[in-house]
Amino acid sequence: MSMDAVAASSKVGPTVRFGVWIVPTAVLLLAAPFVIDPFQTLTLTYGLIAAIGALGFNLLLGYTGLLSFGHSAFFGGGAYTVAFMVKYLKIASMELFLAGSALACALLSVLFGYVCVRYTRIFFGILTLALSQVLWSLAFKFFRVTGGTDGLRVPTPTLVGAAPTSDKMDFLAHRYYYYVLAVFAVCALLMWVIVHSPFGKALQAIRDNEIRAEFIGIRIRRYRLIAFVISGIFTGVAGALWAPLNGLASPDILVWTFSGEIVFMTVLGGFRTFVGPIVGAVAFTYLKTYAVGFTVYWQLLLGTVLVALVLVLPTGIVGAIEQLASRWKKAS
Amino acid sequence: MNLLATRALAKSFGDNRAVDRVDFNVSQGEVLALIGSNGAGKTTLVNLVSGMLPPDSGQIMFAGADVTRQSSYERIRAGIARSFQIVNLFDQLSCADNIALSIFSREGKTAKLTTLAGSDRAVWDEAHDVLRRFGLDRHMAVPAGTIAHGERKLLDVAIAYALRPKLLFLDEPTSGVSTREKAPIMDIVTSIVRSGGITVVIIEHDMDIVFRYSERVVVMHQGSILADGTPDEVRRNDEVTTTLIGTHPSGEAAYGGTGHAGS
Repeated sequence: MSMDAVAASSKVGPTVRFGVWIVPTAVLLLAAPFVIDPFQTLTLTYGLIAAIGALGFNLLLGYTGLLSFGHSAFFGGGAYTVAFMVKYLKIASMELFLAGSALACALLSVLFGYVCVRYTRIFFGILTLALSQVLWSLAFKFFRVTGGTDGLRVPTPTLVGAAPTSDKMDFLAHRYYYYVLAVFAVCALLMWVIVHSPFGKALQAIRDNEIRAEFIGIRIRRYRLIAFVISGIFTGVAGALWAPLNGLASPDILVWTFSGEIVFMTVLGGFRTFVGPIVGAVAFTYLKTYAVGFTVYWQLLLGTVLVALVLVLPTGIVGAIEQLASRWKKAS
Repeated sequence: MNLLATRALAKSFGDNRAVDRVDFNVSQGEVLALIGSNGAGKTTLVNLVSGMLPPDSGQIMFAGADVTRQSSYERIRAGIARSFQIVNLFDQLSCADNIALSIFSREGKTAKLTTLAGSDRAVWDEAHDVLRRFGLDRHMAVPAGTIAHGERKLLDVAIAYALRPKLLFLDEPTSGVSTREKAPIMDIVTSIVRSGGITVVIIEHDMDIVFRYSERVVVMHQGSILADGTPDEVRRNDEVTTTLIGTHPSGEAAYGGTGHAGS
């Protein structure tokens, strides 16, 4: 069997050849800070960070068939870990922040996952939501430790040992942007390998038919837990990158509506494809930024988009592009 | 030598004794048919042996070891595989993926998450070979959810076969398939398992299929074993004829040919 056939064999996988888009996209992303204004670069940075979180989230939704409504716990967990490291350990290194957040979210997701993966469907979703709300209430109520609704300040960190430059905007729109881009590239590559590994295939088998998966010898609960932990770590890394960019870790990223935003961006891009969550996260970030600037009723606008999305583009942006491309191919 | 032996195996659902203290033996290398009307306890017996259900009492010996308390996972590792009455496939994955998963699982490779599945040539060559044997190789890259019903039944068997089991349960391998398609499916399945030296238990409603393809027939009725013998012996057994087959020796009238309901 040829490698092409293998690559094309899974439905969660490119029917449009996304490989050819990697180089042009990389060039655009690398050139972006010199082309667009700093404000746009910051929005793009937020988008890339959200994309890392959505990639982690979609390992559960798209590949394992589990819809989590509690991923704010890991995003917020990552961000608060950074804030705690700044406040209590006086650490300023971004690499240590990433390592610390990944470790903290690994522990957190083992704990949450141990409870949640015993269930599927709505029960899984509600459990993740409930547990994330516990974390939110802790952040909200333990004022002395977490700063309550004021949150905790997170200063600009050192990147690979280099102290931040004095112009904060310039630092964030250049050095920090490239740092986020590098972490994003590593995360995307890692996730791509994971979903195309034998383990990734096993997750898709569990998604498609858990009884059959069990009867070919896949330990479904264990695999779901591993997927849950990987998912939590990715989303935690996203939270860690977000904290210095936002300058503040506050409870609004722990609340369940933020979990809803992660679901939204993944559905917007299309959860049946690998690149869907990435496209969705960037698109959602721009959409929200402009909606907030455009009207005070921005939630209403986003809600309308979500309804329209489900009705018109059930397979998301990437799914729609794939359909158009296959229609184009048939026509020509 | 008995590959599988159950001792006084019992399972009740409420007042219904689905499997009632059954001693069921399967010899190494035979092709055995397990028959009986709907509700006779055939599928429950398979569910007990494969580990899908825990028994109320009794013992299950497999390949000389007591597996009664073992999980389904351990029994699969020990060599018990099964197909399903209602096809159970990984619909969004390709046919090749469906088979490759069994191979990855058999070789303990499904826990690998830093290598690409596509790079393991030996696995894909074997998956291709299995699909070719089952006449499904043209569907290699096609999602399993999109192929025809008869082919889905074959793929279901192929998934279990790719685990290279010692004992294979086929739960109505031809259910829902047109009469004309049944024989070709059974020809393929029996020739493959015979050449692989796999011991097979076929649950079947269609008496023509049973008498044509099996070496031994076990008849279940109301949770117990009613008869056990060669196809000819069972066919001549008056008790079986009156209880199950009714007046029509082919059994079509009494069994309705294809049974969808659980038994």
